[in-house]
Amino acid sequence: MIRVSTDPFDPGAELSAFEKSANGAGAVVSFLGKVRGRAGEGDVKALYLEHYPGVTERSIAEIERQARKRWAIDDTLIIHRVGELKPDEPIVMVCVASAHRREAFEAADFLMDYLKTEAMFWKKEIREDGASWIEPREADYRDAARWKRDETE
Amino acid sequence: MARLLFFGKLADAAGARQRDLPLGDAQTVGDLVSALGKQEAALGAALQEKSVRVIVNEKMAARDSAISDGDEIAFLPPVSGG
Repeated sequence: MIRVSTDPFDPGAELSAFEKSANGAGAVVSFLGKVRGRAGEGDVKALYLEHYPGVTERSIAEIERQARKRWAIDDTLIIHRVGELKPDEPIVMVCVASAHRREAFEAADFLMDYLKTEAMFWKKEIREDGASWIEPREADYRDAARWKRDETE
Repeated sequence: MARLLFFGKLADAAGARQRDLPLGDAQTVGDLVSALGKQEAALGAALQEKSVRVIVNEKMAARDSAISDGDEIAFLPPVSGG
């Protein structure tokens, strides 16, 4: 399931519901991303996340489809917040259920790398001294490129 | 008239997230960007950047993609989710 919403979510409740619905899977991996209170340039007061309704959801569905092609996945849950978020709030959650742990770990890692570099979100960091739009770091692109390298092996 | 959408930093450059604009002589995305650049140099330069992707009517497009009245043309800077 893919959910993009301005509403806060409860990671514990989401994982519990996912784990129950993925009945029969031997492995469930979850990742939770939270808003950092500090950035390189100082204290972060808030993040503002923008998306392209409809198109963003489809870009995530395409990433999920690629993951299902690569790994034997039983089910996934992808939640992404948009709008204004305060430090410490959950911003993204990815859960993968599969028969064995390796598939679940790798697919969750892949989904996060692609969510950071391919999914259509734009993130603005609001600090005491102003605001700026964030772009992926070199490390984010390197992380995502690892999977492209694997494809050609 | 076409509807232009600007995301992220491009909305700052355009001064709005959305703009309805007559296309005039512009027949492609590239024509439209050139025409905008003649009136607003900073916006034109921002839209010319190679990292900016274009979506026409919710489908990935290129600079030479044809556009016409009623289209929704979105300009997307590099994404930053997660």
